[in-house]
Amino acid sequence: MPITCEFEYHKPKSLLEAIEILERDGKNASVLAGGTDLLVWMKEGLRAPSAVVDVKGIRELHSLEASDGSLLVGACVTFTELLESAVVRGRLPLLWECSRTVASVGVRNRATLVGNICSAVPCLDSAPALLAYEASVVVEGPVAQRQIPVARWFVGARQTAIRAGEIVSGVRIPLPDRKNGACYVKLGRYRGEDLAQVGVGVLAFEDREYRIAFCAVSPAPARATPIERLLNGRDLSEDLIHQAQDLVSQEIRPITDIRASKEYRTHMAKIMLERGLRAAIERMAGAGPALGESVI
Amino acid sequence: MKKVPIRFRLNGVDRDLEVAAADTLLEVLRDGLGIKSPKTGCDHGDCGACTVFLDDRTVRSCLVLAAEADGCDVVTLEGISRDPGPLLHELARHNSFQCGFCAPGVVLSAAELLRSKPHPTRQEIQEAIAGNLCRCTGYTPIIEGIEAASCADSCLNEASTRRRP
Repeated sequence: MPITCEFEYHKPKSLLEAIEILERDGKNASVLAGGTDLLVWMKEGLRAPSAVVDVKGIRELHSLEASDGSLLVGACVTFTELLESAVVRGRLPLLWECSRTVASVGVRNRATLVGNICSAVPCLDSAPALLAYEASVVVEGPVAQRQIPVARWFVGARQTAIRAGEIVSGVRIPLPDRKNGACYVKLGRYRGEDLAQVGVGVLAFEDREYRIAFCAVSPAPARATPIERLLNGRDLSEDLIHQAQDLVSQEIRPITDIRASKEYRTHMAKIMLERGLRAAIERMAGAGPALGESVI
Repeated sequence: MKKVPIRFRLNGVDRDLEVAAADTLLEVLRDGLGIKSPKTGCDHGDCGACTVFLDDRTVRSCLVLAAEADGCDVVTLEGISRDPGPLLHELARHNSFQCGFCAPGVVLSAAELLRSKPHPTRQEIQEAIAGNLCRCTGYTPIIEGIEAASCADSCLNEASTRRRP
């Protein structure tokens, strides 16, 4: 299936140059990083840009650096690079675990974390981790830089808080300074490459703070604040887990589609929450399933 | 459409050409340069049939613009099959493929795995080729072929006695 739209290919060397093109071409310009979503959309006619701005020539967007207690993931950093990062594996295990479930090796070698959150499809695997770590999206525009908390970034299915003429230069993720355990649970139709039918991210801290986020079960991924409030400050018990599960159906709005029914998604979201909570607690104690090992 | 001049290295040879901005790397390789090992399968990045190495990483060439390959090193199965080595040998010995459509992609994915992990576990092999769909074999002979290649030096004899006829 060839790409039929006609566009000009730009490969700017600086962010400034990229912003100029985006400002000039406005909504008709598309930013290209990994291209694993953009090219599919162009083939399907969902996007027909007149300008494609390949940002891989901008050196600073390749940075993957920890400083001042946070990790800055540049817009061109691929999921493979995240998986190979000792900081991500050691300090941000939830991000590491979800990155491992994104598509396949050949796609992860190209697809970027920032591209994932800019595409903002409801099932994006990286969202629960970024929500749980309370990351911020760094947006550069013609006027100024903005830092948008991930919780306010996703405004709907395939909709983000970005404005015309702006470009995401990276994601800043605070590195937790308390002991914690994490688990990302993804439900696909089979083990192997598939989109999530349900995704649950759990991050549990030693002082009994819990952060829980869902993807693929609402138009936009989000934290499950009422569940967190119920759990915070308490040790997990059978009874408490059941109470948390009872809140799940109020927190999600799944749809029925080609991959699963909303009833099945709701049922599995409860089971996955329990497994994720247990695995996160076990991992915090240095036990439980190895990071990356599926718990469903 | 405006042409984009690109220069890249293909299987060790520098190539200069002009491509349309909308051309994918896959289209240019197959239709422009006669490199037929990468196949057009799903054309959406799901099946892995179009896999090539781009700067030493496997990518879906159906999802890469040819213009993006400017300045890059591209290697296809044609480039690595000149020196077959244990991987191709073992895949052939295990009858790993039937129709062969997925084979170029599987070989490159396996080669990438073995380069970073010379002795992968079976699960690591399965994960490495999870993005390469095969509709003929049920994957078992492919996985066994890669497994045998991974221990070609140290346990070739053991592997050959373990295999089914």
